[in-house]
Amino acid sequence: MIGALALLGPVLPGGVPTPSALRPAAPQAAGLESLWWFMLWTCTAVFLVVLAVLAYAMLRPRTEEPPARRAAEIITAAAAVSVVILFAFLIATMATSRKNPNEPRPTDRIVQIIGHQWWWEVHYPGARPDELVISANEIHLPAGRDVVLDLTSADVIHSFWAPNLHGKRDLIPGRHNFFRLRPENVGTYRGQCAEFCGYQHAHMGFIVFVESPDKFEEYLASQRKPAAEPVSADASRGRQVFLTNPCVTCHTIRGTGASGTNAPDLTHLASRRTIAAATVDNTAGHLGGWIADSQGVKPGNHMPPHLVSSEDLLALVAYLRSLS
Amino acid sequence: MRIRNELALLAAAAVLAASTTAACRRNARQLRDRASSASIPQSIAVSELQGGPYTPPVTVQNPYEGNAYGISEGQRLYEWYNCGGCHFRGGGGIGPPLMDRDWIYGGQPVNIFASIIEGRPNGMPSWRGRIPTNQVWQIVAYVESLDADRRIAAPPGAREEHLQAREGRPSR
Amino acid sequence: MSPRERTQPADPRPAPPESPASRRPAGPPPDLGALERSWGTPRGLWGSLATVDHKRIGKRYIATALVFFALGGIEAFLIRLQLSRPESTLLNPDLYNQIFTMHGTTMMFLFAVPVMEGIGIYFVPLLVGTRNVAFPKLNAFGYWMYLFGGLFLYGGFALNAGPDAGWFAYTPLSGPQYSPGHRLDIWSQMITFTELSALIVAIELIVTIFKQRAPGMSLQRIPLFVWAMLVTMCMIILAMPAVMLGSGMLLLDRSTGTQFFNPSEDGDHLLWQHLFWFFGHPEVYIIFIPGLGMISAVIPAFARRKVFGYPAMVLSLITTAFMGFGLWVHHMFAVGLPPLGNSFFTAASMIIALPTGVQIFCWIATLWGSRPRFEPPFAFIVSFFVVFILGGMTGLMLGSTSLDLQLHDTFFVVAHLHYVLIGGAVFPLFGALHYWFPKMTGRTLDRAMGFWTAALLFVGFNLTFFPMHLLGLRGMPRRVYTYLPGTGWGPLNALASVGAVIIAASVLVFLANAIGSRKRAAAAADPWEAETLEWTTASPPPSYNYARIPVVTSRTPGWDVAKGDVGEVVNMRDDLREVLVCRPLDGEPEHREQLPGPSLWPLALAITVTISFIGSVFSPLWFVVGLILCVPPIVGWYWPEGARERPGLEKAA
Repeated sequence: MIGALALLGPVLPGGVPTPSALRPAAPQAAGLESLWWFMLWTCTAVFLVVLAVLAYAMLRPRTEEPPARRAAEIITAAAAVSVVILFAFLIATMATSRKNPNEPRPTDRIVQIIGHQWWWEVHYPGARPDELVISANEIHLPAGRDVVLDLTSADVIHSFWAPNLHGKRDLIPGRHNFFRLRPENVGTYRGQCAEFCGYQHAHMGFIVFVESPDKFEEYLASQRKPAAEPVSADASRGRQVFLTNPCVTCHTIRGTGASGTNAPDLTHLASRRTIAAATVDNTAGHLGGWIADSQGVKPGNHMPPHLVSSEDLLALVAYLRSLS
Repeated sequence: MRIRNELALLAAAAVLAASTTAACRRNARQLRDRASSASIPQSIAVSELQGGPYTPPVTVQNPYEGNAYGISEGQRLYEWYNCGGCHFRGGGGIGPPLMDRDWIYGGQPVNIFASIIEGRPNGMPSWRGRIPTNQVWQIVAYVESLDADRRIAAPPGAREEHLQAREGRPSR
Repeated sequence: MSPRERTQPADPRPAPPESPASRRPAGPPPDLGALERSWGTPRGLWGSLATVDHKRIGKRYIATALVFFALGGIEAFLIRLQLSRPESTLLNPDLYNQIFTMHGTTMMFLFAVPVMEGIGIYFVPLLVGTRNVAFPKLNAFGYWMYLFGGLFLYGGFALNAGPDAGWFAYTPLSGPQYSPGHRLDIWSQMITFTELSALIVAIELIVTIFKQRAPGMSLQRIPLFVWAMLVTMCMIILAMPAVMLGSGMLLLDRSTGTQFFNPSEDGDHLLWQHLFWFFGHPEVYIIFIPGLGMISAVIPAFARRKVFGYPAMVLSLITTAFMGFGLWVHHMFAVGLPPLGNSFFTAASMIIALPTGVQIFCWIATLWGSRPRFEPPFAFIVSFFVVFILGGMTGLMLGSTSLDLQLHDTFFVVAHLHYVLIGGAVFPLFGALHYWFPKMTGRTLDRAMGFWTAALLFVGFNLTFFPMHLLGLRGMPRRVYTYLPGTGWGPLNALASVGAVIIAASVLVFLANAIGSRKRAAAAADPWEAETLEWTTASPPPSYNYARIPVVTSRTPGWDVAKGDVGEVVNMRDDLREVLVCRPLDGEPEHREQLPGPSLWPLALAITVTISFIGSVFSPLWFVVGLILCVPPIVGWYWPEGARERPGLEKAA
């Protein structure tokens, strides 16, 4: 099916639909969409009326200056109408904002997102500390439930924005921003960093997977497990390559002893649809290219290029693709 | 005449500004550094003494010497690879201080490079194969910048700010 | 009515007996040669470097600002080239980051504010009927600081040390840890240069407007453009210190280990944002309000009526400026500040539309049934209405704290800001340049080319920036060096890039028009039959502006002079550089003051201050050395000029 879709033109990594603020999938985004249409139509009407009056003023036959009193009355009336419209905008804004409180309540599920240059670290705390799930770049949320995102940053200011779900909220180092979401429609939604954060700000995307609460719990349960043992000889060799190369100083694969925290957690890498912060699909080719020359994909990012022998590279890719 | 003078002034200023188009070494930034598997120099000696008549050793240049971006990356890597776990912020603790001029195994850039790559007795791990070569050079450039008395090209900011973005964890 | 040649005031006629100062035949005729000797600038390089003539300095500001406009435009063109296709490899991310930062920095700090200042420096003394600004040497010094600051920034850019953290330079990206090298130090210090220059212009124009008006020009009679400049200069004084403070703190954080913006040491990243936007929002009004003044300056000549509702227009300008200081948090709605506080700034962002709306209604009343003459300046005015009102509407959308969460930091904001800045400042600026070009240069601009400039700019601008509204709603964030092909943003971006070509064409037409004007006929003194004072003197004005300072009795002294209805001040000295100093409110003359003549000390001081500022980027020692070097020029500047015949303080006859 992906092959058939490819005939329609380029597709976003992960086969995710294009983002849009005008196709809301959550009540927060829906509220903003209605506010948008209200303001757009009102503003368009004002724009057309003012320009029409201006055009009429200039094109009508020459007359004396309008009597000052009459003109002043009309201007005052127009100003009064403007105030009413502006006030209506204010009330609509405050009403929308009241519908979106962000403070976490004890019954909310919290998902922590820590921004890095140029990827997203995602934590799903559970009831007990050992139920913590750590992943990267692809966020799973249960449909129809309130989730509060706990947003912070490990380096510079980023901004979390999935237009189909809600507006954006900044991730500021030294500060925790709470942001409530309630995605309703099951589906996949693309988001992107919306605060300039350096070289690869343009390639700092993420995907939100909204799934039924059961599937969400299944997802968490599978992510809690340690890394799958390699089955094929290639994958075993690949694990050996991983453990003897610089990979281990930055990446974690739970169950192998690699516990670096500088870079995305790879324990279940094969369960993700994309790599490099939703920049390319998670295929063998892209993975091999990323490992060999990440700077070609995202110049300036913090993953150094690795020149391992080609057999080692193939084995490593085979191992990583076995980590579902 | 007046207009010509003013135009001439402006043109001179523009030419002056434009003539300095050569990129300054301090400001060079290599985003796609292929030096990661560059050969590790073979000619490192810990001692300055040589057997037989003295021949000047082959000097090995740190490619990031005086390069602000390299020093800044070195600071990031110093945190990432937890050099501070033993050396703290250059003052030493479990490991010897890095900001003074007492170097047990030689203070030349190539000696510091060798110490990181090979490891040293009494606790310095060997990072060969664990830190790419060009990143080791960046760390060397940063470590050299910790010397408070040393004139360095890059501003002191790289060693001053340690932004602690999360509780208990340094940033980056 | 055909334009009349006018190089001297009309033949004297008896003035009304109740204003004895305006009896023209009383005094000796003005000695134009002596006036020229007193006020003129010597020829040659020394004259060019030492001039304190506000007209020459004003033209330099405008010319330098237009050069920066061209540079900023080239940077914009490169941005559009890079973004015209997905995953373009034309510019690597490092270069792109420098280019978009330079584009914003150049346009905001080196073009938009200085060009408005330049037009103010040129025209305010002419409009209020005096011979120079209040502090001529300070004026010269301000220009040199601006020029040196701009050269410093571009010098750094040429050395691969151009700033790359955005024109707003949020910490910690702009801090020492994430912006190594001198890039952001150069940026911060450039701000010190340009904002010092802006403060200087503000001080001198405010004093000129309050204290050096022609007799009879009470505050209720000054042109609306002068009101706009007065209000803008007051905003500059209140807004610039915030960014100078912020950039100074950033410099200190980067060079000497202070921790203003480091949360782990009790600093705060939001401190930078508040300081910057407390300046940043008034900054856009500083750019926009002179544009409003220009509209009010241009419309009367073509509508052949004075602007309707003068008190309302003045109050609107003052109210806009005042409210402009209460909006800044609308740039920070996504930061996570308390919602009630955000709502306050939404309310302020909404209500500021009201005074500008009142101005627009007053202009419509002015134009009602006026069948205006459609000339190139007026074409730009009409474009202003269309473009700026649309930008104002999108501004209301962005002012809503809720809706802004979808639109903030997307191309929707890029569209909005260009609609209001180009619509509200660049279109009026081009209109004003076409309007005042004959006065400034003594040459005419070609009418057809003027219309082409307006049409190409209007079409190209809308083609470039209107699609960006849609891009923002479809998820395209700002400041991205490229985008994935699957997003579908390619076609709209390509369209926008085509528009950029058309904008470039319009600027080239304008340039050709201006350069080609040398070969065209000389301009009359009053080609537009306009209502303000500058049209009553020659084109270009002589170094002394007016042979005799006019006496003003209405808001439209230009039309009064055309009717032969205006008195003049007599018995002022022609052989000294003398101006009339008046009372601030009613314009009644108080005494005569002498202004200084050409001097090289402003340039010398500018050089030493530049050494201090530039050196301090590299080492604090240079700051001290530079300050010590500043002492001789300051001494030279203030050195008493020796005994000179002073006529004594007396009320003008």
